[in-house]
Amino acid sequence: MATSEMSDLRQFPVIRTCPYTPPTEYRELARDEPIARVGLPDGGWAWAVSRHEHVRQVLNDPSFSADRSHPDFPSQAPAGQKPQRLDEADRTILTMDPPEHGPARRAVLGEFTVRRINALVPEIQRIVDEQIDQLLAGPQPADLVETLSLPVPSRVICAMLGVPYADHPFFQVNTAAMIKRDTPMPERREAFDRIRGYMSDLIATKEADPPDDLLGRQIRQRRAEGAYDRRSLAALGFLLLVAGHETTANMISLGTLKLLDDPEQHAKLRADPERTAGAVEEMLRYFTIADSAVARLATADTTVGDVTIRAGEGVLLLGLVANRDPDVFPDPDAFDVERPARHHLAFGFGPHQCLGQNLARVELRVVFDALLRRVPTLRLAAGVADLPIKSDASIFGLYQLPVAW
Amino acid sequence: MTTMKIVADTTRCVGAGQCVLTEPDLFDQSPKDGTVIVLDDDPPPELHRAAREAALVCPSQALSVEE
Ligand code: HEM
Ligand code: SF4
Repeated sequence: MATSEMSDLRQFPVIRTCPYTPPTEYRELARDEPIARVGLPDGGWAWAVSRHEHVRQVLNDPSFSADRSHPDFPSQAPAGQKPQRLDEADRTILTMDPPEHGPARRAVLGEFTVRRINALVPEIQRIVDEQIDQLLAGPQPADLVETLSLPVPSRVICAMLGVPYADHPFFQVNTAAMIKRDTPMPERREAFDRIRGYMSDLIATKEADPPDDLLGRQIRQRRAEGAYDRRSLAALGFLLLVAGHETTANMISLGTLKLLDDPEQHAKLRADPERTAGAVEEMLRYFTIADSAVARLATADTTVGDVTIRAGEGVLLLGLVANRDPDVFPDPDAFDVERPARHHLAFGFGPHQCLGQNLARVELRVVFDALLRRVPTLRLAAGVADLPIKSDASIFGLYQLPVAW
Repeated sequence: MTTMKIVADTTRCVGAGQCVLTEPDLFDQSPKDGTVIVLDDDPPPELHRAAREAALVCPSQALSVEE
């Protein structure tokens, strides 16, 4: 493509500066050009897809690959910092395509069914209550991110996997380094290697007598199928650990912020606990924190809307915009806990739709129910405009949320 | 009165459980691999809306309702 034409393209990544309102560039794309070519940091370009219907189509079409380590996969990372090709044994379901993806996902799906996750509610409730006890016992104002948002999902995923929670500062620091967009490649790589090494050592200790936790059960199951390989299980454990805590943590912070900043919606939730599950869906839609994490690479020519996407071209699926598609969500910029919102795309769509979604839903529901009822006087201890926003991370969120009660 | 038939393609199912969240009286998941189990493929009229909703939210289009 000619450079003169390239320079006219809107440049990605687009930085989110307001916790509530999508960036202006996003709004323009949705309005003017729902399937648009946009520029990437490495000098290349990709299609940015904004409509709900089109995002669903692409994410459910096997001719779009999720192989993030393919050299042509569209990346929003700074130039020269694209992810490297992974070794065979380090690949996970996140980057696999059919026919390989389905069986690999099914091998762990049993751990994440609605029924299994519901059975964890008492344990999750206990963890949430302990963290709120800690919050209330500490000084005011307190940082909710540190006392609640991060520890809850982190403790839950550690308990599920069988990872000692005492080690969490280690992987929290390293996960944060991996997720920050401007972490230089060598450091990102080191953080990655450290967590992976940790996971591999931990799994090694479980091999002799596999315990009754997710990793232990996977060792048994994989051995029974004659397919046990420590490195590939470490890759899965790593994925679950990383995917399972930053995301949910950011939703706890943003959801709490919105409720404290919107007394009318807050009151609706307080009035009826039955509304919490629906409110969680609305929060997921409204914030769509993993917006810039969902992309694909076309492997065959495909028509989407009025556009033919050619094999080899990259596609960014703008869930944040699609989740405010007025044809699907009337008055989309309004935050309304009573809106039916479960067809949002915050967990993606198609075969890669979030494996941990029902765990995340339950964690969020338990957190908001407990917080609203146990700390009814909770309030923001900083102006919304002053909050440190994760505009530099691929998963959107808040670095801190000062609160008092 | 209309009748309905729910058809599930378990080879497409990705186990997201959106159907179970929509209507636990109609759907469950296999404890082994998480794929969908249709509990009642000929649902009573009061569950028809939920069945259509489940087909809509299913991320892999594994569910269809024939009416
Ligand atoms: C509110 C919290 C969460 C959000 C917004 C979220 C978002 C997402 C999104 C958008 C995808 C799709 C990626 C794609 O299509 O390329 C995804 C996939 C995934 N998520 Fe989540 N996630 C959350 C929580 C969790 C939790 C708690 C876990 C695990 C315990 C988890 C594990 C995974 C895994 C393993 C995948 C890959 C699935 C596959 O490729 O088949 N996520 N998530
Ligand atoms: S919603 Fe669809 S993909 Fe998910 S469990 Fe039900 S049938 Fe399977």
